[in-house]
Amino acid sequence: MTGMDTQEHQIDLGHLMAFDPLHHFPSPPTSREELVKECLQKGTVLVQLIADALFNLPSTEDIDGPLVKLPPPMTRLPREKHLPKPKPPTKWELFAKAKGIKNRKKDKIVYDEQTGTWKRRHGYDRVNDDKDIPIIEAKMTDEPGEDPFAKRQAEKKKRVEKHEKNRLQNLKQAVKVGALPSHIQLAATALPITGTQAAPKKASKNELQDIASMAAAATASGGKFDKKLVGEKPEKHKGKYRKFLPVVEGTGIGSQEKQQTEKVLNRLISKNSHEILNVDKAINMYNVKKEKKRKNQRGKDSSTSSKLKPKKQLQKKSLKKGGSSKKGKSK
Amino acid sequence: MLKIKTPKSGKARREIEKRAPKLVESGKKTLILQGTKTSNVLNAVLTEIYHLKKDSAVRYTRKNENIRPFESGGETSLEFFSLKTDCSIFVFGSHSKKRPDNLVIGRTYDHHIYDLVEVGVENFKSMESFTYDKKLSPKVGSKPFIAFIGEGFESVDELKHLKEVLLDLLRGEVVENLNLAGLDHAYICTAVSSNRVFFTHCAMRLKKSGTIVPRMELVEVGPSMDLVVRRHRLPNDSVRKEAMKTAKEQPKKKVKNVSQDVIQGKVGKIYVPDQQVGSVALPYKAKGLKRERREAKMKHETNDRAPKKQKENSE
Repeated sequence: MTGMDTQEHQIDLGHLMAFDPLHHFPSPPTSREELVKECLQKGTVLVQLIADALFNLPSTEDIDGPLVKLPPPMTRLPREKHLPKPKPPTKWELFAKAKGIKNRKKDKIVYDEQTGTWKRRHGYDRVNDDKDIPIIEAKMTDEPGEDPFAKRQAEKKKRVEKHEKNRLQNLKQAVKVGALPSHIQLAATALPITGTQAAPKKASKNELQDIASMAAAATASGGKFDKKLVGEKPEKHKGKYRKFLPVVEGTGIGSQEKQQTEKVLNRLISKNSHEILNVDKAINMYNVKKEKKRKNQRGKDSSTSSKLKPKKQLQKKSLKKGGSSKKGKSK
Repeated sequence: MLKIKTPKSGKARREIEKRAPKLVESGKKTLILQGTKTSNVLNAVLTEIYHLKKDSAVRYTRKNENIRPFESGGETSLEFFSLKTDCSIFVFGSHSKKRPDNLVIGRTYDHHIYDLVEVGVENFKSMESFTYDKKLSPKVGSKPFIAFIGEGFESVDELKHLKEVLLDLLRGEVVENLNLAGLDHAYICTAVSSNRVFFTHCAMRLKKSGTIVPRMELVEVGPSMDLVVRRHRLPNDSVRKEAMKTAKEQPKKKVKNVSQDVIQGKVGKIYVPDQQVGSVALPYKAKGLKRERREAKMKHETNDRAPKKQKENSE
């Protein structure tokens, strides 16, 4: 709505703005007060013009005062965010459109055949729940060993996973266009597996503290004269990295020197020998397998079918006798 | 491996929806912050702008060293703050020897810098220095009148840009229905010369006149300052085109239970719930009614005894 005056005043009612492009000041303006007064005068004129146009709009009576419907603003101002892009149709939507499948409205309450009552379709105590099925009749194609209830549950789980995967694919398509719904974010969970490297494990708090204390000691003086911060853990392995045996041996268990040299020797030999048997480990494995076998035997006595026996063969490791290799790699 | 993350609480969901891009946008929020050095004048200016836009502004009071709006690398902090507080206009104040009392008013589009205008503040008079009748003081959040005077706003490029930015900064919420009783203040911007704008804020007094339209009187209330335009940066053409795009008119939402009939015109259905006429509570308790009931009760009691005796006698 432009002003209907002789002077060219531009009035934008949507913004309650008025613009007088024809006024120019005689240069230079005389004094500050004069300037202010003149500005206020001109301002009053303009504001009066806006008010004229405003109060002449059709108004409705409201509790607080007269309500007026403003026209949309004329001056265009830039948006602050981009226009929302429409979502691309999902795979199912495309398929339904191609086939002509229409969406049918489903009732919230459905009649349950089994109990003969009206139950809700989704949620607590729903119609066709998996846990309410008492009997599943066996078909000829069924294998005797499997549990049909567990099978149903596994199938449902697979279906749900498939739906989630499809949903993720649809969202990825939306991201490509730039139309991801505002309440959803796609986040990367783990780094992709490159070659044989596994995904790097997240360091725990304690591990980080240890590493931090190690890094703190990486100064020229070995961290001896640095002030310790609050909450900093002291070093786990401080100072000495070499153990020197005492010169004079006191009364004790045995000769430490002999033990030390034996340790070194064993390490050297074990590295080069190939026929190493870790006796402790072998004994443990044998015991564990024996326990498992005993458990399965007990299970076999209670169950009827013989085909449930696990097809595991127990392999006994031969005990080799080697002199110095007895104390091979001891843990 | 991608994972779908959705907000777990309703509050978070509502907040995210508020920040999502919409077809029709409402008022922009303003971010007011400062650089390494500020002067007294500049501090006062920034606080007063914050008070003027109290509801829709965020004020940061710390010094920000690495914000240099006109340099290519110094905008990242601003964009991050804009993203964090969901503000699309910012007012950045700084003071240096070369540019004393400097204000950079800028806008963002999609949280990237859209355009900038740098002005210097001179002859600042704060809100406290004006004396006026306190009853006239404008309320926070009311829609202001904005007036631009001077041919400079049309002829000089920088002033044209400044006019647009000031309009965006001062206009407040975009409303469709306006209550005429709530109009109380106006901003007056006058282009005094080709690079100087006199800005002032006035309260409006509506006086009775003969017609429906009241007579306006302006009383200077708020901060008044001279803005000297220093530098400005216009937006890129492509970004500008995209930002100026408007949405097509949305199809009107269907109103339920209303239909158009050729003969009868607009026909609507009103569903009235069952009325329990008997058990409706009476809106008033007449004293006379109470007394009547009391008397009737007493009479009833005496009557009760009498007829019983009669019956027995008859039988």
